[in-house]
Order: sequence, then C-alpha cells, then structure tokens
Amino acid sequence: MNFDYNEEQQLLADSIRRFIAKGYDFEARKKIVASKEGSSAQVWATFAEIGLLGIPFAAEQGGFGGGAIDLMSAMEAIGEGLVVEPFLPAVGLGAQFVARGGSEAQKKAILPAVIEGKLKMAFAHTEDGARYDLAHVAAGAKKAGKVWVIDGEKRVVLGAPLADKLVVSARTSGKPADAKGISLFLVDRAAAGVSLRPYLTLDETRAADVLFKGVEVGADALIGKEGEALVLIEEVVDFATALTCAESIGVMKQANDATLEYLKTRKQFGVPIGTFQALQHRMVDMVIAAEQARSMAFLACAKVDGETNPAERKRLVSAAKVKIADACRHVSQEAIQLHGGMGMTEELKVSHSFRRLTVIAQQFGDAEHHLERFAALDRS
Amino acid sequence: MDLNYSPEELAFRDEVRGWLNANLPADLRRKVAEYEHLTRDDLLRWHRILAKKGWIAPSWPKEWGGTDWNLVQRYIFEEECGYAGTPPLIPFGLSMCAPVLLKFGSEAQKKRFLPRIYNGDDFWCQGYSEPGSGSDLASLKTKAVRQGDHYVVNGQKIWTTLAHYADWIFCLVRTDSGAAKRQEGISFLLMDMKAPGITVRPLILMDGGHEVNEVFFDDVKVPLENLVFEEGKGWTVAKYLLGHERMNTGRIGASKRELAKLKEFAAEQTKGGRPLIEDVRFRDKLSRVEIELTALEITNLRFLDQMRRTGQPPGADVSMLKIKGTEIQQALSELMMQAVGPLAQPFRPSDGGDGFDSFAAGLAPRYCNMRKTTIYAGSNEIQRNIISKMTLGL
Repeated sequence: MNFDYNEEQQLLADSIRRFIAKGYDFEARKKIVASKEGSSAQVWATFAEIGLLGIPFAAEQGGFGGGAIDLMSAMEAIGEGLVVEPFLPAVGLGAQFVARGGSEAQKKAILPAVIEGKLKMAFAHTEDGARYDLAHVAAGAKKAGKVWVIDGEKRVVLGAPLADKLVVSARTSGKPADAKGISLFLVDRAAAGVSLRPYLTLDETRAADVLFKGVEVGADALIGKEGEALVLIEEVVDFATALTCAESIGVMKQANDATLEYLKTRKQFGVPIGTFQALQHRMVDMVIAAEQARSMAFLACAKVDGETNPAERKRLVSAAKVKIADACRHVSQEAIQLHGGMGMTEELKVSHSFRRLTVIAQQFGDAEHHLERFAALDRS
Repeated sequence: MDLNYSPEELAFRDEVRGWLNANLPADLRRKVAEYEHLTRDDLLRWHRILAKKGWIAPSWPKEWGGTDWNLVQRYIFEEECGYAGTPPLIPFGLSMCAPVLLKFGSEAQKKRFLPRIYNGDDFWCQGYSEPGSGSDLASLKTKAVRQGDHYVVNGQKIWTTLAHYADWIFCLVRTDSGAAKRQEGISFLLMDMKAPGITVRPLILMDGGHEVNEVFFDDVKVPLENLVFEEGKGWTVAKYLLGHERMNTGRIGASKRELAKLKEFAAEQTKGGRPLIEDVRFRDKLSRVEIELTALEITNLRFLDQMRRTGQPPGADVSMLKIKGTEIQQALSELMMQAVGPLAQPFRPSDGGDGFDSFAAGLAPRYCNMRKTTIYAGSNEIQRNIISKMTLGL
C-alpha cells in the first residue's frame, strides 16, 4: 500500500504545473478558446517537449511505457488549468487504438509522430441513438475489391477539427448493438468523402459531427481483426474514462479552492460569509466529495493499468465513474451557489470549471449508465 | 503507487482472519450477526479470549501488554474484527481510560487500574454528557467539592453507555465554578460505581434496547487519589482523548459484512416473483452504498498511508471518516429493513413467541438503533464544524 507518486511522475506533474502557472493562466486560456483553431500549437509543442505526449506509449515507439497512474498527476494539473488542447481525445483515446491494437507498420507510421506532437488523432464512434452503449454502431464498412468503403455519421467526435487522422468504428457484419461485427479503421481527416460540422463544446473544446460518404480506405487501414473491435473499444474507453476521472480531481480542486477563497473574502452583514455555518457545512461536503472522488480516481487508474480480468476492470471503472459523476455535479453546482451572482458570470474561472465538470459527469457514461454496468457485473 | 497491501500485511491479515475464525465462539458470532442483545458476560467472554491471546490492547505500550503492531497492522486487526462480526470491544476502559492513565496517570493509578482493564476485571463507562451539556461539553455542571481526603460529587450524567454493567466510571466534573474560563475549572475523576450515592436509571431507546442510562450523583465521596492529572486540568485530559480517535472510525470491515449479508438476503427476498436484488430501483440503492463504501475504504487507506509517511496524527481527517462511515452504516440498516417490506412491522411476540420470525423483526429496531451513529461521538454536524475550522480555516 502506497499512495505516493514516484519521482518521475512527480517531475512530470511539476513541469506541467509550472507551465500552466506561467503560460496557461485564465487570460491566456481565454485567448486560446477565442482563437480560430481553439487550441494552441505552441502549447502542444510544449507538451511534446516535456514528454507528456509520450507517457502512455511503449519505449520502442519513443514513448515512456507508462499507464494511467503515470498520467494521474499530470491529468490533475490539466484539470486545474482547464486546458482545452485535445490531450485526452488525441493521446488518451485516438492513438491508444494504434498502440494497443495496431499492426507494427501502423505503430511505426503513427506513434512516433504522435509522441513528437506532429500528428493528432481522434476517435469517431458515437452515433445518434447510441447514448453510451459502445456496441451501438450503425455506420458500415463494405469490402469492394481491395478497399473498404465507409458510410455513416458520427456525433460529437472530440478533437476532430484538430485531428490529422481519425479512428473510425464501422460495422462489417451484424446489426447495430451486436457485440460482434464492429471493426476499426484509420481514416485521414482530409480524405475524400469525409466532411465535418465543427463546433465548440460546452467545456470550450473543439469537436465535430463527422459524415463519412463513400470513404475509401485500403486493407492496411483496418486496426486489429475484422469484426472483433468491441473488446479493444471497451479497453481504450475505460482507459480514457480513468484519465477523465483523474482530470476531474484537478477541476474540482480548482472549484473548491476558488469557493473557499471566496467564502473568506466576500463580506456581507459586516463579516466574511464563510463565518456562516449554513455555508461552512456545504463547503465541507464539497471537500469530502472531492476526497472521495480522488480515492476513486486512484482506483480507476490502478485498474485500467493492472487488472487482467476485463469484467473486474469494467466493474471498478464504473464504480469510480458513478462516484465521480456525482461528485462533479455536487461540487460544480455548489461552487456556483456559494459564489452567488458572480459565479454565474463568464468572468470568473469557476463558471468555466462548472462547464467542464458538467461535461465530465456525463463523458463516457453518466452515473446511471455506470450504475447499470456496475450492477450487471457484480460478482456476488 | 500501489493500492494493495504488501505481502507481509496480507500475511498478517490472513493470520488475524484465521485466528478469529477459529476462536470466535459460534453463539457470539450468531448473536452479533442477528443483532441480538449482548450481555455483560458475552462482552467480557470475548474480551478475555482476546486478552489470553495477547491481542486485547494492541496500541498500549509493550510493557503494559501492547502488541507492538504498526499503524497498518492495528487498522487491519480492527477491520478484521468488524468483518468477522466479533462482539465489540467496549472502548471505555481499553481505549479511553487507559490511554489517559498512560499519559496523565500516576504510577499508582497505572498499576492499580491498567492490569484490571487488560484482564476484563473492571468494566468501565464514561461520564461526560449531561442533560444541559451535549455538543457543548464545557458547560457541564456536575460539581466536585474537596472535603479533607476526598471530593464530594453532586450532579447528573446522561447517555452513559453500559453504566448498568460498569464497575467504574471516569467523569468530567467541575471543581472550580469561579474559574475565568469555563474550561479551566474542570477535573477528571475516577469513581467506583458501587460508591454510596450513585444511582443508575435506564433510558430505553426506541428499538426497545437498554444501552444508555442516566447516572445520578448524590453526595458521592471520591478519594483524592482518584483525581487524574491536576485539579482543574480535566479539559486538557479530555482534549487528549478526543485526539486519540482510532483510525477505524469508518467501520469499514463491519459495513462490508453487512453489505455481503444484504446482498445474500436481497437475493432470497422476492418481488413480482423475481429476486429483489434484480429490481432496478432496489439494486441502484444497493450499488450506490457499495460504491460509497469502496470510496471510503480507499480514502481510509490513503489517510493511513499519509500518517505512516508523515508521522502526523490524523486530525480532522477522522471527522470525514466518521461522517461517511456512519452514513453508510445507516444506509445499510435502512436497506436491510426495506428488503423485508411489510414483514419489518412485527416488533415482538405477545404470546410467548413460537414461530415468531425474530430475524425479520430485528431489522426495523436495528434501523431505529443505527440513527444514533450520526449523533454520538460528536454529531456529524459537529464533525463538519471541526473540518471547517481545522482543515478549511473558516
């Protein structure tokens, strides 16, 4: 039993924290969000430089060979800074399919470039009507001679407008919601037949709905075995969920710190409002929720790294996500309430934390979805 | 980072678990599992089994019978006792009076009382709360006046757990009503429950059980040698005891056992011809409690790891464990009662009791009884005040 970060994990988190404190304050972030791209190339280059982009990849590809635990403290820092660059969609999600399921040729072609910050990935999966069911894939891929032809529409593809390559799920057999018959393909975002409707998400990141119309890719674009992708999708989405849990700890910390500071400085009736017991107890409950969430983020990250039984991994990642979804809602809503009218404005960072926490609460499955998965996988 | 116990810690856990399984008498195990009333003899029987094994007072110094276990081992032992469902170790002697005597007591007091606490020769209770002094303990009024070689004590205590079993009581009393600060006139006294002038009156709780009492003091003579530490320094002693809270405040082992039992039980109960545990509305509640308990266990281990690394006492963290742990205990007892539906209504037989389903009938009283957990040992609202002040600086 040991809950300490090792030296390397600590150093990485420290360099990210230093960078965020110096070059990614609230004002700098505002400018990035308002920019055309909605993401800073210089920030991304810094991420590559300090080694962040290489953490969850094998040493052969130039990576660090780390897992979710190695990224925990960094994700917390990313959360605290409300970083909008697409680290999670590109590195924690998109490129993970290549790293975990790709051929040697695919790994060589893609991962070194990802690690150097020259190539961004995104995962095009969610469809209308799927909600959080990972097996719900209606988009299709048909073999036509030596190529695959992909047709279908994907919703809310995180980081798609910034991505160079997409990992696209498409059905090669069976019906929507069948576990068998889902395949994954590497598709250039700029390929013929791919069109994007880009937008800003509630938490101020960039995403898009992506339409695939007769998109042709070669046989070498298939990731893993034809029709067998669901297991890999579940594994990678669990990994991304664990990282999101870790990120949420940083966002909740930001919201709690800002709220506590506000309680100590805002005066009404001649005294700081933090002297009122009605507010003190609510603040305490926010802090307890964040502590319990932190424990569950540890659990999720440890399980996606080390649990060899997929059912047990899924069960405990779901347990973590239930708790964290609840904590995100609780902390974000109370943070605004305790800030009063000022909390409603765009001018305070806490309202942006609220937006990020609201998204995290439902990203990769809301509390109800994970409660259902948790109960279904109960061993006893 | 590693969430798991080390191989040595696991071996220790298995040793404790194995020994408890082999040595916990079946009748006591059953009584605890079925929430039955435990008699004085039940409690002392288990106490003496542990004393004989040498495990009754792990945290005491070795020369007085401590086990020399580290922090994690002590935590594992306590949680394993909860998980096995042993009778509770009554804390008033072992982990309240004894630590006070070890820190503040005279040599004579240590020699006189500690071995008897260890062996279960004396049953202790705690005289803190008074009718007008609950959360605001320093307002207490029970008075001790020095007369020659003894104090004369007059007043009343309330919520005195197991006073009806006790041989001795340790009390906070006011020895100086003129002190500038009300905390300064308080002293810590040890009293023989058989002394003339002490009356114990039961307070029957809503579950029908007799756990707590009122204790009245009417001109009770207490020898001066039974004063612990200095006269007027009782508040220092009391505060030390509050800081001496144990790390198993969350009672995770016991709640794990209750949860496992609830799952088994909910699988046997039916709703619409299907096992109740498959009912989505019931199942969601159960899952949420299980997830809360998982989060609390990891939080508890994190605090323990932090204590181990920094050597600092847990401070206000214990308050968090108390709040979450008691909420979980209450939620579990409520779900147990809900699991039997209308069969939770029978309370006790009125005709001798043949065929009376005493297990189902025990669930509602258990639910009633567990309401105490968020009130006792510093109500959960007081715990929030502590965190607010100590951790948040509000």
